[in-house]
Amino acid sequence: MTSSRLTAGPQGALRAVSNSAKGPEFETTDAALTVSFAGIGRTFPGERGQGRSVLRDISLDVKAGEVLAILGTSGCGKSTLLRIAGGLDSATTGDILIDGRPVTPFDARTAVGFQEPRLLPWRSVADNVALGLVRGTPKTEGAARVANLIDLVGLGAFAGHRPRQISGGMAQRASLARALARNPGVLLLDEPFGALDALTRLKMQDLLLDVHAAAPTTVLLVTHDVDEALQLADRIILLGRKDGEEGSSIAQEIVVPGHRPRDRGSAELAELRGRLLAGLGIDRHGEARGVEKTTAMPTFPY
Amino acid sequence: MTHTDKLTTADEVRAGVASSAGLSSEQPVAVRARPSVAARTEASARREDSARGRVPLTRRTWFVIVGGSLLPLLLLAIWQAVTALGLVSASQLPSPASVWTAGVDLLQRGLLGQYAAISTQRVLIGFAIGALLGLILGAIVGLSRLADILIAPTLGAIRAVPSLAWIPLLILWLKIGEESKITLIAIGAFFPVYTTVSAALRHVDRQLVEAGRAFGYNGVRLFSTVQLPAVLPSVVSGLRLALAQSWLFLVAAELIASSMGLGFLLIDSQNNGRIDRIILAIILLAVLGKVTDSLVGLFERWVNKRWS
Ligand SMILES: Nc1ncnc2c1ncn2[C@@H]1O[C@H](COP(=O)(O)OP(=O)(O)OP(=O)(O)O)[C@@H](O)[C@H]1O
Ligand SMILES: [Mg+2]
Repeated sequence: MTSSRLTAGPQGALRAVSNSAKGPEFETTDAALTVSFAGIGRTFPGERGQGRSVLRDISLDVKAGEVLAILGTSGCGKSTLLRIAGGLDSATTGDILIDGRPVTPFDARTAVGFQEPRLLPWRSVADNVALGLVRGTPKTEGAARVANLIDLVGLGAFAGHRPRQISGGMAQRASLARALARNPGVLLLDEPFGALDALTRLKMQDLLLDVHAAAPTTVLLVTHDVDEALQLADRIILLGRKDGEEGSSIAQEIVVPGHRPRDRGSAELAELRGRLLAGLGIDRHGEARGVEKTTAMPTFPY
Repeated sequence: MTHTDKLTTADEVRAGVASSAGLSSEQPVAVRARPSVAARTEASARREDSARGRVPLTRRTWFVIVGGSLLPLLLLAIWQAVTALGLVSASQLPSPASVWTAGVDLLQRGLLGQYAAISTQRVLIGFAIGALLGLILGAIVGLSRLADILIAPTLGAIRAVPSLAWIPLLILWLKIGEESKITLIAIGAFFPVYTTVSAALRHVDRQLVEAGRAFGYNGVRLFSTVQLPAVLPSVVSGLRLALAQSWLFLVAAELIASSMGLGFLLIDSQNNGRIDRIILAIILLAVLGKVTDSLVGLFERWVNKRWS
């Protein structure tokens, strides 16, 4: 399987980015942390005192350094689950622990890349990214880290621009850089590549993998893109509603075989893609050929 | 080996896409740059236009200044014509020249400078106190739901009291000294600032505040990093309103109880039947009010450019 990696093509633009990601800036001592959800449920107050259940019975253990993708249809509660993990929202039922200790409000062990860029309009891109630095980072070190991250997300020429002077996709990359600047124990990313064009999206996915390889951190990645989940994650959970129940729970859990970076064209992934799409309620139009239905799936961390 | 060997690898695909898109391998791809590039070319086009002298007339400084002074000059001319032709009696409307003479006369006696100075001083001190208190209380009420519940109704009721209603009480409490006038002006300056600051803080983008908190900001740091910059433009427009209100309250205070100042000049001249001095005082109030407002206006423009 690994031979496909060794025969990988010429060192293109994407490799150039990848190599610089392995600079010393990312070799920090901060360790990746475990996250454990135990019976998480979230009910929002609805009209006339009737609660509306969005999440129910989410139990899941995320290992330190694991990349977990959270898939689901729009409105199924992916962002809500992520917000609970970051202490931005609290669960109605159940417990959530990071590194064995309960999540605190706006937990400092996490960093969030929001679904929207949420950049401060009066600050330059560089100053916005600097917002993500851990408090007390020495000035020169912080500035170097920010400059490096801005280069990595391809915004080098726009560091001094204001958010309203850059495009939506660029703003989203700046937002990703801000979350990375923190080098957190748990990185929470809510559709970080949603506003990117196909090519930039692939580049940013690779960037994320490189950053993860250089400074292993636990990543919870919300996405609506099955291929992105397959490419990036060690494990994928699919949130969905069971018939006759209110609120989403884990409908499928899939351990993705192989090592990253994965071959985007592999047939094994095609089979998983079909299963996930079916779980999302989408007909994939045809069967993956030449692959047995009962693929033996190794368990993380292989 | 497995079948995957025959498949094109992801890297090859990506490299292929990159080269077919005409991107050099070293260049970080910034495919989304187009809108900002467009903005830059537009800006440079505008600059070229100005080099060729094609700035629209309404954007040129000299035109703005000349245009703004046309109407006052016209009014002056009409005033001069009306008095010169004897259309109204001099006891109703004295000529511009006699108003000028009255001004020079007062100036030579040292009264005009003193009156203008004391009035300006009262406005500035009262405005500073009122605006500062307005900022502080506006921030407290805007940031804290509890303070909003406890304080806001009372302040709303005080605000509803017409300004002149305070004067008898202030005079009895603080006598006819500076304190009573400055207090009245401070009351006048307080409310525009308080109202705009508290309302603006309540409407700061929740998502930005949440992002600030998520990145470890809270308390004073959160306020100075997210909330204050977000409300700064409305704070400044509140300050501008407060300054106008300060001049209003100054005249109210001076008309009723004072022995100096432009308001005193008004009421004193009314008692002596000196219409020329009344008109002089009105013109001076207009000029001083406009000058101070323009200064704040300049500050406002800087803030809007810097913080939005
Ligand atoms: N603060 C809130 N108050 C009430 N309801 C909420 C709140 N936040 C989220 N919800 C509800 O929870 C549900 C899930 O929202 P969430 O944002 O988690 O969806 P999502 O899976 O992230 O969707 P998308 O893919 O569109 O971003 C929605 O139906 C939404 O209406
Ligand atoms: Mg969402």
